[in-house]
Amino acid sequence: MEKKEMVCIVCPVGCRLEVFEDDKSKSGYIVKNAACPRGEIYAVKELKNPTRVVTSTVKIKNGLLNRLPVKTDGTISKDKIFECMEIINSIEVDAPIKVGHIIVENVLGEGVNIIATRSMALAEKE
Amino acid sequence: MLKYDIVIIGGGPAGLAAAIEAKKNGIDSILVIERDRELGGILQQCIHNGFGLHIFKEELTGPEYAEKFIEELENIGIEYKLDTMVLDVTDDKIVNAINTKDGVLTIKSKAVIFAMGCRERTRGAINIAGSRPSGVYNAGMAQRLINMEGVMVGKKVMILGSGDIGLIMARRLTLEGAEVIGVLSRDNFAAGLMRNVVQCLEDYNIPLMLRQTISKINGKDRVESVVVVNLDENKKPISGSETVYECDTLLLSVGLIPENELSRNAGIKIDRATKGPIVNESMETNVNGIFACGNVVHVHDLVDYVTEESRRAGKSAAGFVKGELNNNESFIETKPSKGINYIVPHKIRVENLEKSLELFMRVRGVYKNSKLVVKLNDKIIKELKKRHMTPSEMEKIVINKSLLSEQKDAVLTVEVVKEA
Ligand SMILES: Cc1cc2nc3c(=O)[nH]c(=O)nc-3n(C[C@H](O)[C@H](O)[C@H](O)COP(=O)(O)OP(=O)(O)OC[C@H]3O[C@@H](n4cnc5c(N)ncnc54)[C@H](O)[C@@H]3O)c2cc1C
Ligand code: SF4
Repeated sequence: MEKKEMVCIVCPVGCRLEVFEDDKSKSGYIVKNAACPRGEIYAVKELKNPTRVVTSTVKIKNGLLNRLPVKTDGTISKDKIFECMEIINSIEVDAPIKVGHIIVENVLGEGVNIIATRSMALAEKE
Repeated sequence: MLKYDIVIIGGGPAGLAAAIEAKKNGIDSILVIERDRELGGILQQCIHNGFGLHIFKEELTGPEYAEKFIEELENIGIEYKLDTMVLDVTDDKIVNAINTKDGVLTIKSKAVIFAMGCRERTRGAINIAGSRPSGVYNAGMAQRLINMEGVMVGKKVMILGSGDIGLIMARRLTLEGAEVIGVLSRDNFAAGLMRNVVQCLEDYNIPLMLRQTISKINGKDRVESVVVVNLDENKKPISGSETVYECDTLLLSVGLIPENELSRNAGIKIDRATKGPIVNESMETNVNGIFACGNVVHVHDLVDYVTEESRRAGKSAAGFVKGELNNNESFIETKPSKGINYIVPHKIRVENLEKSLELFMRVRGVYKNSKLVVKLNDKIIKELKKRHMTPSEMEKIVINKSLLSEQKDAVLTVEVVKEA
């Protein structure tokens, strides 16, 4: 049976986990070397359905800066990160913007939005 | 000449927290001076998340964390000047600054708080042979260009240095469509957090190239390639191990140093280990009434600790202005002992502590299953078990005030002891 090695990143101890597939266990896996239960939860999630928050920037017109920082307001599937980036890179917004403003609703049909992570005032005219 | 009770130099998280806390402690005449076009400091370019877990119990991005403090500062009506650079501070607390609107400003202040942050080590500080073509960036500079200006720095990138900024930039460049060849570390481990190794490199199959460094940069106008060499156990290059990698960009992420030119000119004593001012429990330097907090004192990896430390500086500066800060000559000196690189603060006047003392420190190496042992005049007053410690993560120890007594020439030490 195949063994998968991974480092638990839930806390700084960084246990080196060994994960085996196992039909008999409830999660479908057996996790070894985890010093606490959180290691097993992490490992199973990472193998079954890894997700991440994506942070990036979108173009903004008439703002103090040329870019507005954004993030997904929840996690998305890891294998959809680049799809998400394509959408983010196709967007241009106008200043002013308030922090938390929804830039794209329900971005990948996963119920997660892309939101502004700062407010941006209009650029002062010289 | 302008007059204020407290002048704060730097409008990053340290300066913001200090200003807000000083105001909350009854001081109204406060000025924050920031040389950039906006407040927030380095946080405005750190668009990734991972800030604020301790203070807000949620993971924020850098700009979100900054905005919470900027909003509060504006709501309680603290004055600030942007695009204004402090040139010089004297030991009698006269601040000289310059901007294009007012010209030269001379400000007399009762107390001054240094919150200038840190700067990146440059290539000059590390020696690499070859010409000086364009395409070589400090990682933080590249971060600012990409995240704030919208300028992409290159297409094929090598990153020297495996600290957190290097790791975060490897992911950022990949997301923006660049190819990152690898991240080089002189050691046999990454300098940054494991979390960043996993989520920034492994997620994107970016190689972590251990025990390797760059020996030469090739290219006339623009970087064309770099020569990578393997290092032996003593970090000496192994001749014959050179490999040439084609790339158009090299990012340097070789460390941060506190920004202390102003401090030195003001006669402030600097700790050789932290490269920041020697401070006491109130974050006051050896010059009465000049305080310091944040990355100017020691390089932090958690902004939450910057905020905590800076609140203490702001509160103490307010106390100083009101004449409530005890200036007793007797104090406890802290001294890093076995396995500890530095301790902040350096001096403790017990009567200025509220309930407890917070000590921040970094260990010298990686330790598993050990404990931190705190001794006052060779007597153990506290022990803390630690499963895992590394130089990249700052350690914090809280000591109850009742355990501390001030005697003449008292010394408090912290050491690492392996558990049996
Ligand atoms: C790239 C990077 C990534 C990080 N990632 C994380 C993370 O994921 N999570 C986390 O918790 N922490 C992180 N940190 C750490 C945290 O952000 C810093 O410790 C914190 O921002 C330091 O705050 P500061 O106010 O001391 O310094 P800064 O934010 O650097 O602010 C200093 C300010 O002083 C101003 N200044 C300097 N000199 C002068 C002068 N002479 N006159 C006027 N103004 C001046 C500067 O312009 C600047 O705005 C990161 C740090 C960096 C550099
Ligand atoms: S398994 Fe538990 S102790 Fe080990 S790294 Fe994960 S969270 Fe930390």
